[in-house]
Amino acid sequence: MQIRRLMLACALSCVMAPAMAQDLLVSAAASLTNAFKDLAAQYQAAHPGLQVQTNFGASDVVLQQIIQGAPADVFASADQKAMDKAVEAQAVDPSTRRDFVRNEVVLIVPAGNPAGIRSLEDLHGDKVTRIAFGNPASVPVGRYTQAALEQSGDWQAVQSREILGQNVRQVLSYVERGEVDAGFVFATDAALMKDKVTVVQSVQTPTPVVYPIALVRREGRAPQAQGFLDYVLSDAGQSILAKYGFAKP
Amino acid sequence: MSSSVWVPLLLSLKVAAWATLLATVLGVAVAYGLSLWSSRWCDLVDAVLTLPMVLPPTVTGYYLLVLLGRRGWLGPWLADMGIELVFTWQGAVVAASVVAFPMVLKAARAAFLDVDHRLEQAASALGVSPAAVFFRVSLPLASRGILAGVLLAFARALGEFGATLMVAGSIPGRTQTLSIAIYEAVQAGEDGYANFLVLVTSATCIAALCLAAWLTPGAGRLRKARRAP
Repeated sequence: MQIRRLMLACALSCVMAPAMAQDLLVSAAASLTNAFKDLAAQYQAAHPGLQVQTNFGASDVVLQQIIQGAPADVFASADQKAMDKAVEAQAVDPSTRRDFVRNEVVLIVPAGNPAGIRSLEDLHGDKVTRIAFGNPASVPVGRYTQAALEQSGDWQAVQSREILGQNVRQVLSYVERGEVDAGFVFATDAALMKDKVTVVQSVQTPTPVVYPIALVRREGRAPQAQGFLDYVLSDAGQSILAKYGFAKP
Repeated sequence: MSSSVWVPLLLSLKVAAWATLLATVLGVAVAYGLSLWSSRWCDLVDAVLTLPMVLPPTVTGYYLLVLLGRRGWLGPWLADMGIELVFTWQGAVVAASVVAFPMVLKAARAAFLDVDHRLEQAASALGVSPAAVFFRVSLPLASRGILAGVLLAFARALGEFGATLMVAGSIPGRTQTLSIAIYEAVQAGEDGYANFLVLVTSATCIAALCLAAWLTPGAGRLRKARRAP
């Protein structure tokens, strides 16, 4: 009996501990993974005693986690639609919403370009059977891709060869491993794998690729959340983001 | 995203049925082989083949991807024969069979070990060929144990998620099975559709279990026996 109680206490304390610590949790779009890990490390170094945790995924997925009660303090998404949904669901504080970086969508192929793709038109060819892009229902880069291709008239051809990614990094990995003939990712993602994927061209999107950031609306939000958001917008924060290829909004 | 429930449901049933068939044939064959071959290596072979039951499905999925991908070990060779498994429903079948296979293997191996070997020896002594011994003596005697494994394998294949997602991806109408469709719906915040799919999946599993109970030979007899004084 004693042992069982002890075990229960141990298990409970393990479960509860992370929730009790005064940490700052930043939930962000998958494309921000490397840049935000860097930002978090720098901010943490400048604020002794503060633990900055990061969590990444497709913007809509991360938002769903927040809506379901994930203890995030800051939310950064890769498109306005995800942030609009966050505002609508009252998951974020709209007065804190700011655009903080700009990016672009690119068409990439595996190194060596086995299907010989030189432009969007080549995606219509018989040799091309698989094109990866983010699922437009939950992945911003998929929405940008769909909107851009609908405008250029290539959507039908691409959709009939679709391989849906759960987030932009999965699309990148599909292309990198050569499982698909081509894929659509952000320029900043393609830059991470310069030796394994080749950028064919950048894709014109009807709406500019601008990322918004906002504070999560919840009881017990970490007091340092506003400080972190300000840091992202500051010159110091922007220079770190620029290092990973993100432009100013 | 299409909101039809039939497409992912039928796909799930198709994948699970093929996977169960494959797992059953291979599982029974390997189990019978192991029952004939008495060596201390048997347990090692058994352990290696049981791995997919214990490994996280993502590990199994990764192995399969490295093996079957376009740039994998077997992928280019399969592609030359016109077989593409990654991102196809056949790939989903392979993933589901691999994780379902140990269910059949374990059950069949135990069932074959339980068969009275004197009956097999008697058949051989009477001049019955080894194949006929298997089909007319060993297999019928082990069939109940095997069937239990087959049902478990079907259930496991129907619920397969991790390895399938890694190998076959999530293509609506082609590789998006019920479990993956639910995951996608929750990710996208389509709670209504997710609720619906979850209910359909639960109903399908209950129906499968009832069917299994009805199909299991002897279940009815057992019930009657219990009722009898």
